[in-house]
Amino acid sequence: MASYILEMRDITKTFPGVKALSNVNLQVEEGEIHAICGENGAGKSTLMKVLSGVYPAGDYEGQIIYRDQECHFRGIHDSEHKGIVIIHQELALVPMLSIAENIFLGNEHAKFGVIDWDANEARTRDLLKKVGLSEDPKTLITNIGTGKQQLVEIAKALSKEVELLILDEPTASLSEKDSQALLDLLLEFKRQGITSIIISHKLNEINRVADHVTVIRDGRTIETLDRSQISEDRIITSMVGRSLEDRYPPRDPKIGEVIFEVKNWSVYHPLHAERQVIKNIDINVQKGEVVGIAGLMGAGRTEFAMSLFGRSYGRKITGEVFLHGKPIDVSTVGKAVERGLAYVTEDRKVFGLNLIDDIKNNITIANLKGVSGLGVIDDLKELDVANDYRRKTNIRSSSVFQKTGNLSGGNQQKVVLSKWLFANPEVLILDEPTRGIDVGAKYEIYTIIARLAAEGRAIIVISSEMPELLGISDRIYVMNEGRIVGEMASSDASQEKIMRAIVRGEGRAAS
Amino acid sequence: MSDPVPTPQSGVAQDVSSAPRVPVSSFVSNLREYGLVLALIAIMVFFQFTTGTLFKPVNLSNLVQQNSFIIVMALGMLLVIVSGHIDLSVGSVAGFIGALAAMMMVIWPVGPFLGNPLVVSILCILIGGAIGAAQGYWIAYHRIPSFIVTLAGMLVFRGMCQGLLGGGSSVGPLPDSFKLLSSGFLPDIIGPLTLVPPIVNAAGKTIVGSGVVLHMTTVVLGLAGVLAYVFFGLRSRRTRERHGYAAEPFALFVVKTLVVAALTLFLVYQFAVYRGFPIVLVVMAILIAVFVFVTRKTTIGRRVYAMGGNIKAAQLSGIKTERLTLFVFINMGMLSALGGLIIAARLGQAVPAAGLGSELDVIAAVFIGGASAMGGVGQVISSVVGGFIMGVMNNGMSIMGVNVDWQQVVKGLVLLGAVIFDVYNKNKG
Repeated sequence: MASYILEMRDITKTFPGVKALSNVNLQVEEGEIHAICGENGAGKSTLMKVLSGVYPAGDYEGQIIYRDQECHFRGIHDSEHKGIVIIHQELALVPMLSIAENIFLGNEHAKFGVIDWDANEARTRDLLKKVGLSEDPKTLITNIGTGKQQLVEIAKALSKEVELLILDEPTASLSEKDSQALLDLLLEFKRQGITSIIISHKLNEINRVADHVTVIRDGRTIETLDRSQISEDRIITSMVGRSLEDRYPPRDPKIGEVIFEVKNWSVYHPLHAERQVIKNIDINVQKGEVVGIAGLMGAGRTEFAMSLFGRSYGRKITGEVFLHGKPIDVSTVGKAVERGLAYVTEDRKVFGLNLIDDIKNNITIANLKGVSGLGVIDDLKELDVANDYRRKTNIRSSSVFQKTGNLSGGNQQKVVLSKWLFANPEVLILDEPTRGIDVGAKYEIYTIIARLAAEGRAIIVISSEMPELLGISDRIYVMNEGRIVGEMASSDASQEKIMRAIVRGEGRAAS
Repeated sequence: MSDPVPTPQSGVAQDVSSAPRVPVSSFVSNLREYGLVLALIAIMVFFQFTTGTLFKPVNLSNLVQQNSFIIVMALGMLLVIVSGHIDLSVGSVAGFIGALAAMMMVIWPVGPFLGNPLVVSILCILIGGAIGAAQGYWIAYHRIPSFIVTLAGMLVFRGMCQGLLGGGSSVGPLPDSFKLLSSGFLPDIIGPLTLVPPIVNAAGKTIVGSGVVLHMTTVVLGLAGVLAYVFFGLRSRRTRERHGYAAEPFALFVVKTLVVAALTLFLVYQFAVYRGFPIVLVVMAILIAVFVFVTRKTTIGRRVYAMGGNIKAAQLSGIKTERLTLFVFINMGMLSALGGLIIAARLGQAVPAAGLGSELDVIAAVFIGGASAMGGVGQVISSVVGGFIMGVMNNGMSIMGVNVDWQQVVKGLVLLGAVIFDVYNKNKG
């Protein structure tokens, strides 16, 4: 029996009115990679906050035993002192400071308050090398991508002599390639004897690196699986409490004539005028069809969608858009919405919702005309609309007066969807519609997508999760470096085929 | 489509499942508003006790006439702050417009038509709108921070105000018909009603408590207002219930309506036994009603809140944020101009220091009223109450003979306290 580096025993944590954790047990072996799975709101992050001292000792019941010693952390300092470092989903880096400044923020090599920059930078270079980065330590955080920022966070953790590294959804906003690199790094740490706890929704990644998986549901430990028991289906079953026969709702596509068409679409970067981001894209969508756009992060998919939607991205936009064979003007968001376009953003918190306002006002904001006459809002009609969509999309909340900022990710996504459904679009572009939401909510979103297609709308889905694209779309375009590099019916598409199209496209772009 | 959605009934901890069709929030969200009104009443009662004159009819009229320009400008400032901006120039714009109006009416030979107080007032309000547009243009279309643009405006228009008046001199006297805006009272078209005839004592003085004459137009308007309030309250309850939405508990509704009606009638009575409603009170009341309507009921109001809450999401929802920002500043400019006219009318002349520092009172009124400096949050009525809290404190402390320096200290502390209270409540809730 291996020795445990960490044991959490019977952890119970209550918030006013809610029992977030009840008698949760977690045992982590020295030098392993331990995954924690569970739906959003199951209590994973709360558990990690208990462990790292964000919720100080006394705020919860139960014991934390670290290296055979019972610990009572009163704050993050205490846990970091013991070598437990947590990297949160939302990165805690200062964008306008350099890598070196960020890594040693509050912990600078200094004499009498005067910082020794040479020492800091030399040390930073060592740390960066360990995580596989070759960036200049003086580079500003804002100038490197999210993937590299994540690695800087890890380098920062290493600088604190980490023994137990906790990563909360580390790959949620990373591309496939960066995710792979990150997972490789975890495996490398494992060889060096660093223990990791990883919270993730991406079951294929867990499958690849985890030695044990602990599943949490409704604030309780359901089970801990060892390497031999880990499989995606097993984890899902355990997460949702029963098996989801099919991860995607059944569809019977009735595909009609082409209703939406984009021809020769080109876009330049908003800041670097000479950089062409989107290069002569042609796509079309048929009535009742779900079309997927696959590609790696940075392929230009979001940029393409946003430039289509009222020129919300980019400059020097050229090309034509046709609806039912007639050219339409989509030069402003207002016009695009009027012509029947809708774009559901990939970043609902930043681009999709007014988080300080309630569900009702968020649902009607894109189509206020639909609930008003002569510029005066009909309160009751608006309330009816909001309640109607709340029911249709199964938004779980106390009422439509709940602030969207207090909803879980899945329910927030349903609010954004409702907003655009109420605008009654013919063409709906969904950008990463299931990012960061749990399995159950994903299925609900897929069901809504299927229903919209069945109603005869044209749907475009942008997603980085290839199984999802294969599962819900009828046809898939593959994008890379601003071009369409492949098109295939989903019936004869596969992850390998998509990847091959991308790689081939990359070769072409390089030559 | 009828396929069953497998909703995993795993409790997502923060979501409450079953959904009553009750706007639970109606009372809770108004709690702060009630609290603010209670605070105002408490402050008024406090000063009534310490000074004995606060509720005197003549003092209530003074109170309204002294503070109306702050309230009028606070209406515009609320929209500015809700949309995520700030306007530091309102005091200077008010001063400049006051000077401009005085020059047109007193000094410049513009002829009887252009020199007519009403024409001057309309022109000045339009010019105020143009000033707002000039500032709003840079803020909306060139993304220059409003703090900087309006800080520049504050310097520019104070300078122009002083330049227009020729250095340190004041320009006046302004025509009497113009002064009515601030010091006039509603004419009694119905005719006075003598409640208690005046009794003259041996010394030839009227005995206190006798001689109560009511300004009937004021009484009728006041009663009509209260009746309308009750009527619309009942009607909106009934429509809500017909649509299957539970309204607030009936008892709460009755208590609220009774308290509001009693307070209103008390104030109406106080005005009626003096000289009736001041004209500026009527102007203010109409503007308040318009802005309550705009912010609560219209699409344009809703869009301002959406823009202040998350400008990127608003843009992607098809809201023309640039135009809306421009509109908000034009509106602010027009109300600043009206504020300037009210100040000039009250002083009877234009002075270089007119409205100096009033931008801070206006902004403070909106923040005491609970608006968020981040934008997206704030209510018209609360800002008005916030303005009156500032006004009553000014008035009460002046009567008490508190030194002006200490008045500033107290007002500053009240502002800080109100915002701390808000933030504390928000974190707790």
